[in-house]
Order: sequence, then C-alpha cells, then structure tokens
Amino acid sequence: MNTCAHEHLNTFTQQKNMKSNWPLWEVFIRSKQGLSHKHVGSLHAADEEMAIQNARDVYTRRNEGISIWVVESKHITASNPDESESLYDPANDKVYRHPTFYDLPDSLKHI
Amino acid sequence: MKDNHISLEDKFQATIDAEVKIEPKDWMPDKYRKTLIRQISQHAHSEIVGMLPEGRWITRAPNLRRKVALLAKVQDEAGHGLYLYSACETLGIDRDTLFEQLHSGKAKYSSIFNYPTISWADIGAIGWLVDGAAIMNQVPLCRCSYGPYARAMVRVCKEESFHQRQGFEILLTLSRGTDEQKRMLQNAIDRWWWPSMMMFGPSDGDSPNTQQSMKWKIKRFTNDELRQKFVDVCYEQAKVLNVTLPDPDIKWNEERGHYDFGEINWDEFWNVVKGNGPCNKQRLNARRKAWEDGAWVREAAVAYAEKKAARKANQTKVA
Ligand SMILES: [Fe+2]
Ligand SMILES: [Fe+2]
Ligand SMILES: [Fe+2]
Repeated sequence: MNTCAHEHLNTFTQQKNMKSNWPLWEVFIRSKQGLSHKHVGSLHAADEEMAIQNARDVYTRRNEGISIWVVESKHITASNPDESESLYDPANDKVYRHPTFYDLPDSLKHI
Repeated sequence: MKDNHISLEDKFQATIDAEVKIEPKDWMPDKYRKTLIRQISQHAHSEIVGMLPEGRWITRAPNLRRKVALLAKVQDEAGHGLYLYSACETLGIDRDTLFEQLHSGKAKYSSIFNYPTISWADIGAIGWLVDGAAIMNQVPLCRCSYGPYARAMVRVCKEESFHQRQGFEILLTLSRGTDEQKRMLQNAIDRWWWPSMMMFGPSDGDSPNTQQSMKWKIKRFTNDELRQKFVDVCYEQAKVLNVTLPDPDIKWNEERGHYDFGEINWDEFWNVVKGNGPCNKQRLNARRKAWEDGAWVREAAVAYAEKKAARKANQTKVA
C-alpha cells in the first residue's frame, strides 16, 4: 500500500515538473501594528513555508511589513466584475444608511 | 453581437479616459491584453537579465561598502523582475511560458544589457545613466491604466532612486581620484551614453504602437519626449562629474528651452535588438544555464512539499 502511494506520488511529481511547477501564492502584508494586511502581489513557491520566506525577500526588503499572510491563489474566490451591478447597486438607494439622511437642527450638538 | 462588442470597447475607453484603473478581471480588448503582456514581460526580463552585467562586479567591488550596496541593488533588480512577472501573470499567462519565451529568444529585453561591463566605472555609469533612463521611463508608468502594473511600478520606483545615487557616488569618487581613475570614468561615459539614449526606444516616427498605447494610457509620454528629458537632466549632472558627454552636437537651444543633441546610430540599435550585440549570446546562455542548473532544486522542493503534505494528511487520518 505504501509503495503504491509512493509510486502515485512520483508520477504526480513528474507530471507537475514537466509543466514545471511551483504554485502561485498571493501575498498580504501588515505594514505596522494596528493596520490590516494588504495585498501586495504574488509569487511562486513549492509550499507555504517557502512562500513566507520568498515573500519576506521579495516584498519586505525595507521593513515594509511586520506580518505576512500567504494564500495559494487557487483558494481565492473573487466576485465577478460583470455582476457588480446586481451586487452593489442595491446599496445605492439606501441613503438612510448614512447619517446625513436625518434632518436635525444645527443647534443640536454632539450627535 | 458586433454592436455589443463596440459598446464594450467604448465603455473600456471611457473608463480609461476617466482615469479609472483597469483590474485583472475587467473586460479588456484583446490587443490591450497582448500589448501589456508584451510590455510587462519585456520589462520583467530586462530586470532579470539586467542583473548579469552588474553581478559580474560584486566579487570585484573595491571595498565592502561598495560591495554591500551593489549586492543590495542587484537583489532589488531581482525583486523588480518578480513584481513584474507577478503583474504579468494577472493577464492570464503563466510564469513558465514567460521564462520559455525569454530562453527561446522569442521575448525581448532591454538591449542595454547586451553591452559588457569592462571596468569598475561601468558600475557607476550603469547606476547613473541606465538606472537614470529607467527611472525616466518608469515614473510615468506608475500612472499606467492597468492596476497591477501601476502598483508594481510604484514599488519599483521607490527603490530605484538608491540605485542611481549609488552609481553617481561611484562616479563622483572616481572624478576626484587619480588621472587614471578620471580616464576610466570618462571612458565608461563614452561607452554607456549612446546605448542609454537608445533605451527610450525608436523615434516617435518609427514607433507605430505609441499612439495606441498613449490612448490606452499605458504610456504617458512618447519615446522622444522622455529622451529629451533625459538629455536635459544628464547634461547638467555631467558638469558635477567633470565629464563630457560623447556628443559634439549637444547644445542649448534657447528657442526650444531644451538641449539639442546628435543623431542616434539606429543601425547599431536594431542590430543589438536583433541579437548581434556584444553580449546577447552570453546573456541568454547565462539565463538558460541558471534555469537548467536550477531544475533539480525546483524538483526537490516540489518533492519535499509533497512529502510533507502527505505526512500531514496521514497524521490527520490517524488522529
Ligand atoms: Fe529595476
Ligand atoms: Fe527597471
Ligand atoms: Fe535599478
């Protein structure tokens, strides 16, 4: 059983190597404490450990970050720009979600 | 169908005219995508091949201060190549295909890197003139209409100014040195000036894609506009170094408010583009060799990653 699994792994490796190789990772960096991680770009690495190390070398050569996230690109699901109308338009007519919608006298303070 | 297509393109142009960035998943004309893939990949290849002429001098740097600076600069160029490959991949082409295009000679890179670095002064001249010309080209690209390219260029430009300053400092030191050092300095400028001028590409009249690229706001200035800026800036900076630019026709033109300059040797330019420069073969061979010699490392890393993943999966199963 072990041998079988091993063989399977080998063919898998060979196939992958022919097309070559390392998966693509998206890199997110927290530039300083108190800010959220921000997408900075992508890179190729064999695994998550290498992805972090490469991200350190590629994207933080000048103290640009204090924390790195890497996510394999294939795991990211993105909204479709063609559907942006149906996704975001409903918010347009809901002006009552904004504080300026409410009519209050100027004399009213601290509100 | 046809009408629909036209309106998509109009909408696209309107977005660009409004200075709104185009992002990877947005609709874009095929030609826009192709133009960007060509331009960004050429740019990426240039950063990577550009490490070779300077890399040669890392072990020959005259002192430790120069050595760490050059090492950091060359490492930055690797980083620039990687930011740009990553931006290029968002257009739907993968990294291996890009490498293949470089290694097969199908893709181009900046011809300047096909010239040899024969003295230490060349490292200074590259920093001043080659990085200087690159900065001239790259600053407007920070406002390029394609989001990932523009963002990559912002990072690149932030890093470039150190490159140019370290180059100028090398030259400044030589300019205050012995007669032999001064000769070495002037000789480097003599060899690097014209190839640097060629970095801006063919004259506007011979650059058929410029109009479309300007309309799409990929380019913000024409080749000749940028080249003129470069001459104006360099002429003044050369005075600080006490060197002469090897162009007897450089002369202030009161009317234009710019320096006039001599004719570029376009035969040389096209000859190097076609692969016949002094180092074209050497550069490509070095890249191919690096790729082939690195194959076992890439394979080993994948095998190790798979082994680790398998072990982890096994452990979870047991648990
Ligand atoms: Fe660079
Ligand atoms: Fe560059
Ligand atoms: Fe540079």
